[in-house]
Amino acid sequence: MAEFLAYLIAGLATGAIYALAAIGFTLVWQTSQTINFAQGEFVMLPAILILAAVKLFGLPVWLAVIAGIAAFIALFGWGFKLVIVDPMIRHGVLPLAIATMALSIIMKEGAKDGFTAEAQRFPSLVPQETVSLLGISISLQHVAIIIVACLAIGALQWFVTQTKTGRQMQASAQNPNVALILGIPVAQMVMLTFLINAALAALASILISPIYLAKFSNGEVIGLFAFIAAIVGGFNQVRGALAGGLLVGVIDSLAAAYISTSYRLAVPLVLLVAIILVKPEGLFGRKEERGV
Amino acid sequence: MSASRVDGVLVTLIAGAAILWFAPAGMGRYGTYVLSLWLVTAVAVMGLNLTLGIAGLKSLAQAAFMGIGAYATALLTTKAGVGWFSAFAISGALCFAAGLLLGFPALRVKAHYLAFVTLAFSTLVWLVLRNEQWLTGGVFGISNIPRPVVFGVRTDNALPFHRFVVAVTLILALILWWLVRSPWGRAFLALRENPVRAASLGVNIRAYTLLAFAIGSAYAGFAGALYAPLVEFIDPSPFQLSASFFLLLMVVAGGSGYQLGPFVGALLGVVLPEWLRFTGGLYLIIFAAIVIGLLIACPQGVLGLIERGWTAIRRRPMVGNTPVKDAV
Repeated sequence: MAEFLAYLIAGLATGAIYALAAIGFTLVWQTSQTINFAQGEFVMLPAILILAAVKLFGLPVWLAVIAGIAAFIALFGWGFKLVIVDPMIRHGVLPLAIATMALSIIMKEGAKDGFTAEAQRFPSLVPQETVSLLGISISLQHVAIIIVACLAIGALQWFVTQTKTGRQMQASAQNPNVALILGIPVAQMVMLTFLINAALAALASILISPIYLAKFSNGEVIGLFAFIAAIVGGFNQVRGALAGGLLVGVIDSLAAAYISTSYRLAVPLVLLVAIILVKPEGLFGRKEERGV
Repeated sequence: MSASRVDGVLVTLIAGAAILWFAPAGMGRYGTYVLSLWLVTAVAVMGLNLTLGIAGLKSLAQAAFMGIGAYATALLTTKAGVGWFSAFAISGALCFAAGLLLGFPALRVKAHYLAFVTLAFSTLVWLVLRNEQWLTGGVFGISNIPRPVVFGVRTDNALPFHRFVVAVTLILALILWWLVRSPWGRAFLALRENPVRAASLGVNIRAYTLLAFAIGSAYAGFAGALYAPLVEFIDPSPFQLSASFFLLLMVVAGGSGYQLGPFVGALLGVVLPEWLRFTGGLYLIIFAAIVIGLLIACPQGVLGLIERGWTAIRRRPMVGNTPVKDAV
């Protein structure tokens, strides 16, 4: 039982990170019909940028974190929207989806050739210790990840539902034409979702890299889990993406512990196919609803 | 869709095959190998072109299907002693069946669900290839894959095997050329251009999309069956997810929906790196950047660009310039 709870907490921690990636993915999909196949690479790259700032420019870690995140949001929030999404969306959803695949190759190869192909240690926010609580050994890192991710998602939820800008963002996602007539700056709201997506990805990157090490190829698995989380939770639901992320993280952790470490990736796949067969709109999705 | 255009594709295919039959003269073993690899890749891209360019579906498992074909052929010819031709047929059939099994649940819902199901399938195939050592040899792969004997002629050397690849590629391209013109092919096109209208005309959308995906996957199996004896040693690495992305980019680069697009796309993906050796590992980045540039400027790819240029030269107004209508 103690062992089970330890795996559960580890699963919730990685699940919270998948949820961050899945929420960003869902937001961008809602406001601009962009299926971002580079989402995994979006989570891989910020850690690499931060390490590059430390190793190549000799910045102190705290400054490198700020500079790396700022550079990433500028390049892959603002720049991504401006350079790739805007010129491509007029050709339709399919060319844009394929362009994001090309982008994922560029990001991955760029990280490999521009920095290093080796896995790099990444500084952790909290000491890598375990504490014992009621006979369960709990990693402080996992607890910190869960708390930080929940705070971030809570703040996002508050922003989207309680502030004027957040509600304008929702309106722009649900019905851009009406939003425009009501005087909402729709283009700015769409840009805002891209910036939020980049910020969430950067946060996920900082949280996951101390555990998985920073490596150019990390994006594949993270991306796969984020997509599965988004679909399992309901493709157009933020709370669905949250629940989907946590669920996929826990299932992955338990599968690795009790089924097979070499086939842990296969279990979420089975879940995905089962969801598509049984409840294609996702666990929390409703077909007609399109709330942020 | 005039008669001269229809012949254009056919004439190019046959003339191209004739040129490639004699092309490797003086190119050496490696040059011949690169040419063969181009054609093998083109076969996989042809299949994906049917799935994406003609049926409008995103499949992210083409390299995985190619892996299934390559491993099936390698295992059957090295361990079971089956002849290459039977192995080739079995490889295609396996991928066709896998395509049906995978496409059936995914296409019940929405077309873009297929992208995620195939994405997951890619990872699963890679896991099996890497982990089931007793069958696939794991990361050590399978070596000493024999080359086929055709009508009593051994194709062990580079040149005879290249000619064999040319012949098989031509046959597969001709089958697809015929298929797109057949009533089935017309239904595929109708479905991509206007699914609602196609449905109202009595086209069973789900059955046809599923069929297009399964045939496209079978072509990846055929490509794998050619790939295994070409390289004579296979391991899981060329069948990863990123390879599937790369094949998809080749479809788009060549011209999605154009019959000759796969050959152009595979040329950019396979032969161009040989000329860009001086850039070192940056080739993939250059290729991906070219594709993004192409998608922004001309989503119809290189062939679309050429067609656009050609139309401009002839000063004809561009009417109904969707690729398939013109190329077919």
